[in-house]
Formats: sequence, structure tokens, C-alpha cells
Amino acid sequence: MKCRKCGRGAVIELRRHNAAFCEPDFVEFFRNQVREAIRKHRMFTPEEAVLVAVSGGKDSLALWEVLIEEGYRTTGLYLDLGIFDYSIESKARCEKFATAHGVPLIVTAVAEEIGAPVPIIKTVTRRPPCSGCGLSKRYLMNRVALERGFPVVATGHNLDDEAATLFGSVMHWQTDALPRQSPALAATHPKLVRRVKPLYRLSERETAAYAFLRRIDYIVEECPFAAGATSIAHKEILSRMEEASPGAKHNFLFGFLDRARAAFERVEAVALQECTRCGQVTTGTVCAFCKLADQVKRAT
Amino acid sequence: MKVILRNPKREVQVAGGRRVKDVLRELEIIPETVLVIRGDTLVTADQMVTDDDTIELRPVMSGGSASRGAPRGEASGEMIGDGRAQPQPAAGEASGEMIGDAS
Repeated sequence: MKCRKCGRGAVIELRRHNAAFCEPDFVEFFRNQVREAIRKHRMFTPEEAVLVAVSGGKDSLALWEVLIEEGYRTTGLYLDLGIFDYSIESKARCEKFATAHGVPLIVTAVAEEIGAPVPIIKTVTRRPPCSGCGLSKRYLMNRVALERGFPVVATGHNLDDEAATLFGSVMHWQTDALPRQSPALAATHPKLVRRVKPLYRLSERETAAYAFLRRIDYIVEECPFAAGATSIAHKEILSRMEEASPGAKHNFLFGFLDRARAAFERVEAVALQECTRCGQVTTGTVCAFCKLADQVKRAT
Repeated sequence: MKVILRNPKREVQVAGGRRVKDVLRELEIIPETVLVIRGDTLVTADQMVTDDDTIELRPVMSGGSASRGAPRGEASGEMIGDGRAQPQPAAGEASGEMIGDAS
């Protein structure tokens, strides 16, 4: 198989693009997709300080590397979830990356903020672990960014993540969730920072290939709580569809963003207010993070 | 030939002298879900592998679910993000076609 651009031996075939690339041309393709995402959705400017949420996995470290290579001012944020060896090893990957690239890394422990690590939160709430974990991550990303003066948080969500989330929302017809799914969420309140996903145009196979070819030492092992997660089941279904019809995931997500999303936007705005306890943004009186912290406190 | 599989890490022996896609088919692995690594580079599904080769099939899937599928309620985690508007794409923007962007 030959590179579509230069004719040399290819290292990766991208069936949805009906193309194959050699290593240098794939790296350029990948960075072009990130540039296009940032430009199209006006995610951030070279003057802005970007907080990059990193997990030690392929997506977030690939994202951080591209943004550094592109000359953006970045700081990493690692949220220590306290998930046994997985967290110890993923944190080490982030620290190693930050040191090698000479970029700052902020480390925040979920256990110190909410009173217990994710495995205890899971037991206390008797909900799927991803539930309390996702809530804590979104809350802390926003709060840390605000406290440290970052106008924007970038996450490593890729095309597969976005397609799986969309699939889940459609399966349950969560019409309130559909308009919120976007590569860029604006700061609609003084205490909400912009949240952007510069990898949304790239599949997870592409981000894995990029991380490997760029010699990024990422954690290959999966979070022990991910097995059985609904989003994984959705990804497996979508992968089968992609195999039968290359481009299926792309068309599903991009068709939604371009043609369907606006139809779900509600006319009435949701009233945002500040949590009476922590001051962060909520639609209620006390935010979900503070309620979860209360629940953890009562049980431990 | 030796094939290294991950999560959990293990090794299997299969016959070489054929294309990568034939090895993947025998192991019932969807090509889209793995990187095929030989040495320090990636190989495409049409490439030949020999009995002396070692390849790693590294899964590319990751992630858990932030909120989908969880029971809805106060801890289902959508306290930030509600009511946000999407920034408008730059004027005159083509729709999200990326096919052919890289050529």
C-alpha cells in the first residue's frame, strides 16, 4: 500500500478517506485536522492560555503534543481519580510527558476535593463508576481553569467518543443532551470556561497511530472500571458498522453537527445560577458535586 | 509467528506467510479496532508477515461513559454545560467534510 501523497510505503490506511499515508504525511494529515477543528470552531487563539485535561492515555497526550508543536501556550491538568495502579501509572505518564516537553502540569486529587477516590464514590452512590467520575472531572476541570485564570479547557475527545455519545443520546432520545453535544461549548456564564475538543475530527485509531508514531509513552491499559461501560458497547456497535461501511461514524457525527443539532436547540434558555455552597454554576440551588460530596461524607 | 495481544497482555502463535488481514481474520479482530505494530513502526493490513515476525495488536478503544446510561438524577452530572450555546462557525464555512482534506 502506497502513501497517497508521496507514493512511499504507507504505515496506515484510512478507509473512510479512501487513503493511506506514510509516517510524515500521516503526521501532517493529523495536525491539519486539529488545525481545521480549532479554526472552524474558533476554539482558542495563540495568545490564550489553554488548560489541557490529560489522563495519560493516547488521546489527551496526542492532543497536548500537537498543541505544543503548534506553538500554543498550554498547561496540563491531571485529575488523580485514585483508581489503584491505573491512576498511579497514568499520572506517571503525564509527569514524564510534561518534564520531557518542558511544560507545566497541574495535579489535582479527586479524593482531596470530594472526600474519597472514585472506587469509594462508586460504592457510596451505588451508581456506575463512570457517573461520579465524569461529574467530578467536569466540575474540577472548570473550577481549576477558573481559579488559575484559563479561559478554555481542551479535552482529548475523538470522533469515536463523540459518535458513541451521540449514539447513546439518540438511543434514549435525550433531547436535552443533543444540543449540548458540540466540538466547542461557549462560556455562557462568567463562571463557566469554554470547553473544546480539538480531536473531534480524528478517529481513535488515528489518535492511537499518531501517539505511537510520535513515540508518546501513553498508558495502553484501560481503566479497570471501563469494562462493561455503556459507551464501550456503543463503540463496538459503531466499529462493526464502520467495518461494513467505511465513513459511517464520520457521517453519523458530522451529519448531526451540520444538519440535525440545531433542530434540538431549545428556545427557552436554562436558568444558570451559582451553587450556594461552592459558588460554581448549577441549574439548582446546590450543585451536583456538592451533593455528591455530602453523600460521600455521610457514608464514610 | 508471534502475536502480542493486550488487555490483558498475552501472546499467541499463528501461521505466518500471509497478509496481516488474514491473521486478523483468523483471530476475529476487526482491523479498525487495533494498531498493527511491527518493531518501531505500523504495518497496513495488506502487508505480508513471516513465521519469524512478531506483531503487536494494540487495541485503540478507550473510555467509559460520563453520564449516558446512568440513572438520571441529581448525581448524573450535568450541572455544568446546561444552557450553553455553540459558537457560530466562521462565515462561509463548508460543512464538515474532511474527505480529501489531506491531499
